[in-house]
Amino acid sequence: MNRMLVIAAHEWRRIFSSPLAWACLGMVQLILGIVFWLLLAEFATMGHTSQQVGVAEFVGGGLFGFSSIVFLIVVPLLAMRSFAEERQNGSLELLLASPASRIQIVLGKYVGLLAFLWLMLGLTALMPLSLQLGTQLDFGLLAAAILGVALMLAAFAAAGLFVSVLCPQPVVAALTGFALLLVLWLLQVAGAAPGPLAGLAEHLSLLSHFDALRRGVFDLADVAYYLLFCAAFLGFSIQRLAWEQHT
Amino acid sequence: MPAFAGIFVCPPRTDHFMSTLLDARNLHRAFGPHPAVRGVSLSLERGEVVGLLGPNGAGKTTTLRMLTGCLAADRGSVTIDGHSVADDPARAKALLGYLPEVPPLHSELTVSEFLRFAARLHGVDKRQIAAAVERAAQACGLTEARDQIIGSMSKGYRQRVGLAQAIIHSPPLIVLDEPTDGLDPNQRRQIRSLIRELARDHAILLSSHILSEIQAVCDRVAIMARGQVVYESPLDALKPVPGHDQQRQLLIGLNHPPALETLQALDGVNAVEALDAQRFRLLLDDAGDPRESIARSAVSGAWGLIELQLHNPGLEQIFAELTA
Repeated sequence: MNRMLVIAAHEWRRIFSSPLAWACLGMVQLILGIVFWLLLAEFATMGHTSQQVGVAEFVGGGLFGFSSIVFLIVVPLLAMRSFAEERQNGSLELLLASPASRIQIVLGKYVGLLAFLWLMLGLTALMPLSLQLGTQLDFGLLAAAILGVALMLAAFAAAGLFVSVLCPQPVVAALTGFALLLVLWLLQVAGAAPGPLAGLAEHLSLLSHFDALRRGVFDLADVAYYLLFCAAFLGFSIQRLAWEQHT
Repeated sequence: MPAFAGIFVCPPRTDHFMSTLLDARNLHRAFGPHPAVRGVSLSLERGEVVGLLGPNGAGKTTTLRMLTGCLAADRGSVTIDGHSVADDPARAKALLGYLPEVPPLHSELTVSEFLRFAARLHGVDKRQIAAAVERAAQACGLTEARDQIIGSMSKGYRQRVGLAQAIIHSPPLIVLDEPTDGLDPNQRRQIRSLIRELARDHAILLSSHILSEIQAVCDRVAIMARGQVVYESPLDALKPVPGHDQQRQLLIGLNHPPALETLQALDGVNAVEALDAQRFRLLLDDAGDPRESIARSAVSGAWGLIELQLHNPGLEQIFAELTA
């Protein structure tokens, strides 16, 4: 436990020492800031004609929905550093030869990465929350949406980490991670089409479970989906790292 | 004793002096169909410095990676102070400092940030971390460079940071994979003297393909070739290689050399080989030292003696015979 936290804290520090992380942080804020502003402008122009949609749902939900696409691109870029880049630099042996177990190494890196992603989410969440200054927000709906993005980031990070363990080169890891997430994402499209596997695809898609939360519908099944997803990919990562000793 | 025993604070070693610290038995490892290591056994006493010598591709790095738990052995076992690396990795690895072929550094951090992490990772007590970093930096000549970003440092300095990382928790066993590879002669000398310094308190296993390096710092040498340890001997008294003819040799330089037959006829000389017009190699039989009588003959025959050197079969010859 202790060693896991040491590794997590170290990852956190390393992320902030690298330009990539700052670039990600800045770009994500810039893009989401623009999206937030556009949504707000759109809401303001249609505001009186439609009474059905509240500002929290329209702006908050829209922003978080869009942020998931941005994170889909950013997370593999950050996750590739965890193992693929370290392996290429030869610095992974520092951890492998240390008393830290494989589980501690994977979980430590995961916690460090996730902490950074959640910081990014926290900064994004400030945008819709700032609307409280001028109006009464539906906090329940926003909380569900933030929880949804937080869980989805956890899932992205777990999948990204697994690909990072798998790949010998960081660029390959980033690309493969992006492709994997995109496929899991697009399963929803397959779910919408008629066919025998539509139901299954819908269940497996990262997006469909997020959509309900984004609209403020809290279903334990969606939360369980994300937790299982994370546990599975972290388990794969640990297994794969242990295997690597043998191959 | 604190969790780390300082590099300069010499812990009492006599109580467990000459007990086995590292014991590797019959290690096998193949990469796909290619066997890299075939039945290597190696042991290290406390406080001993052992050199693992071998040409490139002999399996040195694979062996060291197995000893440090970075790689699992297909067969065989490794124990460090009685703890199995495979079954009790946390205990075994806590006794170990490892510098791989490429120093494992996080180049975006400063030296002291990185060393603090290495200390924490190896379980150095929180209150001792600052002192441990200080000591390791001092031992590796990094005191001035503590606040430099590792990525901006030269290769020699990066190697030192790698070494500092390996000794920060003052492990009883230090494993160094080609620690002076790619360094210039000055840096090489510095690292070597650092290793000698460390050898006072730590057992060290280092690999190299450079003979002079092993000779400069090690107590014992193990030569690897084709995935096996083919020779093992203390360096101060090299054992003969079984099955190989190793005659003692005498190098002699003469300004006015006589005919080869005259040299051949000298006492204790088996054969003569001319190296050039003035220098000869005399192969000796085993008994006695003929130098004095040869010098007398040279003076009485006015051969103009300019050089006379007894040449025991050295590490170089053994290495060449076993690995060629």
